Amino acid sequence: MSATDNAASPGAALPKVRADYLPLLLPLLLAVAAYPFIPSTSTWVTLTIAGLAMGMMIFVMASGLTLIFGLMDVLNFGHGAFIAIGAYMAVLVLVPLSGWMQADSLWLNLAAIVPAVLLAVGVTGALGLAFERIVIAPVYGQHLKQILITMGGMIVAEELLKAFFGPQQISLPLPASWRGSFLIGEAAVEKYRVVATLVGLAVYVTMLLILNRTKIGLLIRAGVENTEMVEALGYRITRLFVGVFMVGSALAGLGGVMWGLYREQVNAAMGGELIVLVFIVVIIGGLGSVTGCFIGALLVALLTNYAGFLVPKVSLIADIMLMVAILLWRPRGLYPVTSR
Amino acid sequence: MMPLSGDPPRSKILTVAVLVIVTALALAPFLFPGSKPLNVAAKICIFIALAASYDLLLGYTGVVSFAHTMFYGIGSYGIAIALHGMGASWGALALGLVIALPLAALLALIIGLFSLRVQTIFFAMITLAVASAFLVLASQLSWLTGGEDGRSFNLPDLLLSRTVFGNLFGTRITGNTLLYYVIFVGCALLFLLLLRVVNSPFGRVLQAIRENPFRAEALGYRTVIHRTLANCIAAAVAASAGALNATWLRYTGPDTSLSFAIMLDILLIVVIGGMGTMWGAIIGATLFILAQNYLQALMGVVSTSASDAGLPILPQLFHPDRWLLWLGILFIASVYFFPTGIVGKLRGAK
Repeated sequence: MSATDNAASPGAALPKVRADYLPLLLPLLLAVAAYPFIPSTSTWVTLTIAGLAMGMMIFVMASGLTLIFGLMDVLNFGHGAFIAIGAYMAVLVLVPLSGWMQADSLWLNLAAIVPAVLLAVGVTGALGLAFERIVIAPVYGQHLKQILITMGGMIVAEELLKAFFGPQQISLPLPASWRGSFLIGEAAVEKYRVVATLVGLAVYVTMLLILNRTKIGLLIRAGVENTEMVEALGYRITRLFVGVFMVGSALAGLGGVMWGLYREQVNAAMGGELIVLVFIVVIIGGLGSVTGCFIGALLVALLTNYAGFLVPKVSLIADIMLMVAILLWRPRGLYPVTSR
Repeated sequence: MMPLSGDPPRSKILTVAVLVIVTALALAPFLFPGSKPLNVAAKICIFIALAASYDLLLGYTGVVSFAHTMFYGIGSYGIAIALHGMGASWGALALGLVIALPLAALLALIIGLFSLRVQTIFFAMITLAVASAFLVLASQLSWLTGGEDGRSFNLPDLLLSRTVFGNLFGTRITGNTLLYYVIFVGCALLFLLLLRVVNSPFGRVLQAIRENPFRAEALGYRTVIHRTLANCIAAAVAASAGALNATWLRYTGPDTSLSFAIMLDILLIVVIGGMGTMWGAIIGATLFILAQNYLQALMGVVSTSASDAGLPILPQLFHPDRWLLWLGILFIASVYFFPTGIVGKLRGAK
């Protein structure tokens, strides 16, 4: 159906956008392709589940970044700072409550974890609000300044974390009920990885539902396509900006808590280290695309785990190679959603 | 003024400041005896060249790269690996340079062609990723690079302090003094070369691209080619600076050549000194390195006195290790309030 046909019959349905399922198969393909290289099936299962869990955590951190970029055309190099701040907020709650954490009761563990997550999400969300209004708002539309300023913000945040919490690593042990692993066949699966996978999936599904089924989601998607048009139709785009920035930062905080528990320690430099992985994921997925980001996170995490098992020293190089391969195939990432 | 390529400092205060800095650096072995001041002077020279090459990208081309330390590291490692493997000889020194410089330029070419097509944000992210991978590679390939420990090596006898040439103005002229002057002259040449580049027709096109890539393209200039070429030149200069640094330290390791901290240092120097003004590199690098070496002592004093006075949190905020915090704040403030940096301010005041 051509455009003129469409204009001639206003009642006709819009032409369907062809669904692009190919990228969805990639994580599966990667897992299958890795299978012959790994000596035993149980190892492969363990690695794959570890990859899924890691991918979900990276997705939680990266999804906020990609949305913020898609909507506001701001690449927030300070996103890593929110990740680290989230993890430190969890420390603030979990270290005094370590008695509850070590108790052998799921409810007591949750009684410690839930406030920790709420504090992390609340604080990073509030900081995101302040950061957007005070630091980023004056430099909308100026990429160079945005990169420099958000980078500066990250330096300052990292140094402040060191000043307030001390420069040393702080250990953040998992709660008793999430520790250890269980067996599926012969493959050992760590409990916390299952928890992380479920949380990540929940975040992904919620995001998709909000983006595709609510008015706010419609506005966000419209804003990603064309900010000015949304404004012209009478919606306050700045409110949308602030909201998305808050949610994106809060997600970074949540990801930080998850990552801190996964590593069982936090340090001020973690944000700077993770931001590299997050960027690779966002580039692979296509800037601004949530589903692309999800697939990118899974791909990167699976590859990191397989490569880490086969040739431990080069897993980050493997991620870069993956990024290069994807960009050779689709120069704007898997699902390019913005026209920028 | 030919050596300055018709681009003098253009401000009285700035001219005086640059003259003072250059004179002090030129006479450093005589003015400031001792090994620490000479180290500081050599580091200032090297960072002037390094920051100036970054300014070619950031200030003149409007491209943010986070891989600049990678090229710096390639230069450093080129020298270190050659001298470590072949022993202290002039041939090894030359071979290290001959391999490292083209390698840096080639890598810059590949990254540039690959990612400069799309947009600056993309380039920033990709360079960050590639540089991190390179850092991992350098610290993992221990058979070649010495891993985390790095490589220390020896220089030809002529450049060592045990070679004594004689006395001048009461200062012993040794091989080390000679090496300092090699670095001083090398960095000065690199700086003048960059000044030449940015004031050439090519440099004008770069600035046009920075201001409006669309328009530059419409006028018939291939933006990708120009940006990539600028990236290559900057990479080669950074690699040269890295080679000089390795020669001075007689050591190369991830921390002295590749670490992300150096990348931040360069960013701070260029932004605080003044983007898009080569002279900013001189002012910025001098202030920054002096601050790095002497401000920390001052902060230590403030920190102890604050903790003696029993104030909360202030001792931590002024702890000497937190000096990057204050520079970070200065960095953000300078991006907002004086985006042309110190040099821009001075020129505006005239």
